Amino acid sequence: MTSGVETAAPAPGVAGVRVPERSVRHDLRAVKIVLHRELIRFWRDKLRMVSGLIQPVLWLLVMGTGLSNLITSGGARGGVDLKTFIFPGVCAMSVMFTAMFSAGSIVWDREFGFLREMLVAPVSRSAIVVGKCIGGAFVATVQGAVIVALAGLAGVPYDPLLLLQLLGLMFVGAFALTGFGVMMAARIKTMQSFFGLMQMAMMPMMFLSGALYPLNGLPTWLTILTRFNPLTYAVDPLRQAVFAHLDVSPALERTFNPGVTWNGWVVPVWLEILIVLAMGFGLMGVAILEFRRAD
Amino acid sequence: MPDGESAVEVDGLIKRFGEVEAVRGIAFAVRPGEIFGFLGPNGAGKSTTINMLCTLLRPSGGKARVAGYDIVTERDDVRRNIGLVFQDPTLDGYLSGEQNLRFHAELYGVPRQVTGPRIRQVLEMVGLWDRRGDLAQTYSGGMKRRLEIARGLLHSPRVLFLDEPTVGLDPQTRASIWEYIRQLKESEEITIFMTTHYMDEAEYCDRIAIMDSGGIVALDTPEALKAGVGEDRVRIQTADDTAAIAALADRFGLAAVVSEGAVTFSVPAGEEFVPRLFGGLGVPIRSVSVSRPSLDDVFMSFTGSTIRDAESTTSDRLRMMMRAARR
Repeated sequence: MTSGVETAAPAPGVAGVRVPERSVRHDLRAVKIVLHRELIRFWRDKLRMVSGLIQPVLWLLVMGTGLSNLITSGGARGGVDLKTFIFPGVCAMSVMFTAMFSAGSIVWDREFGFLREMLVAPVSRSAIVVGKCIGGAFVATVQGAVIVALAGLAGVPYDPLLLLQLLGLMFVGAFALTGFGVMMAARIKTMQSFFGLMQMAMMPMMFLSGALYPLNGLPTWLTILTRFNPLTYAVDPLRQAVFAHLDVSPALERTFNPGVTWNGWVVPVWLEILIVLAMGFGLMGVAILEFRRAD
Repeated sequence: MPDGESAVEVDGLIKRFGEVEAVRGIAFAVRPGEIFGFLGPNGAGKSTTINMLCTLLRPSGGKARVAGYDIVTERDDVRRNIGLVFQDPTLDGYLSGEQNLRFHAELYGVPRQVTGPRIRQVLEMVGLWDRRGDLAQTYSGGMKRRLEIARGLLHSPRVLFLDEPTVGLDPQTRASIWEYIRQLKESEEITIFMTTHYMDEAEYCDRIAIMDSGGIVALDTPEALKAGVGEDRVRIQTADDTAAIAALADRFGLAAVVSEGAVTFSVPAGEEFVPRLFGGLGVPIRSVSVSRPSLDDVFMSFTGSTIRDAESTTSDRLRMMMRAARR
């Protein structure tokens, strides 16, 4: 063997490697490399980045512009552009789609055999799942950041504090959604069924989340459904953050940014974030258990 | 693994998938430093056995130790000490060759300061150092397999499992893969445990276990197995085949038949028989060929069918169940 190997060698010229006993540090390294792989793959797949943009931009520019036209001609409200209103919803949507796709890569890994390479390594299943969840959340946030960059088009000010808040909130939401996706992916064997299922889950979640309309004054059945939708609690903090940086009258604020209420009680933002985080950790826990059991 | 202990030790290993018993209580031991081959048709239980030894599948019964560790109770220790090359490729095509190896090194906790040199070393060993920056999906089938072998070696495993390492590759690539495997045995202190259903490849192994329908039907060196079958096959071309067959029966008591244009018969120690044949046949002989029994004959003598026939009769359902269970 050639190569400038300077390590202790069991045979002349051959580098021997000792694999250490399992430790927390080793598991952390595994988390990091699984995460790193997600980033490399996302970065390589520029097409995915672009195609992930199309849907949110359509919602924001086409639907947003079209519907705000309807509202202004109705003359009832005004003062708040509908584009501004749905901007947080569109951010959440984009993050949701990217996060789900990232989670879907586990199914892809299984189909292409790469999952076995990971499962036979001397690391805990948790390290692999945690790496996937954080990696997926990170990638989704990067995708979300591109949408955030379009804030100006929606009449949302480029306030550094606001941008940071949005990114942070998106990360939390993306984490929970990736957890959900990974949990599903643990059981599903083919990409087709995974994406079929995801479509089935994502559409209702989006429509029931307050991403596209305010959650006040809805019929009781719809109100109840929206309150049980986890995405609701990911969208609302985003909207609160945006409206906190807008100059709108209290009346408009009540109409467009009513917050989420439980039987009349306004759920504070910190609790919403807590709900989303708890959900993320919970789903990730279930995913870990499923991967452990699959042994 | 203390000195003198077996690299792989299997005792009464059983695997059931529902009603089907895919592996039926097999027992064997692999010596350190040996190239040990598992030979048998698809569906014989080779991959199931390997998956159990690699801790990917829980046995239904029996015990096994790999590199000195129990495959059920000391799984992590087993995993740290084995390298794996699966039957189906398990590379990430969107990562470069080097990135695939780096991923593996991090996952196995290879110390940082040796990661770089070691990656270079294994890549050079399989001749992929120059292509390290290319995405794995641009590699040919043979290159992918070589990259997988390099990856399996990266963490200096004591036992390297190769599950059908050459399946689906062209003969030239197969030959070069074998070249690496032999080189490897020279340069690393490693035990190689492999499965194959190519008879000619099994010949490269130090010892072979022949597996059929979940059990081991024979285990020995290729030479001993072939010797066990006994007789050599002699083919002669003569001026008068009918007279030659009659003379063989009369003078030597041998039953000969015409097969593929030559008079063919079996005798023990064929090479020593040929001079007597020339002396005593009485029919002019144009050409003679003597062939030793092949592993095909060995397989045939133990299982009663050729490996190809055995494959076509093995139920596909069993195979699919095993595939499903592997995932």
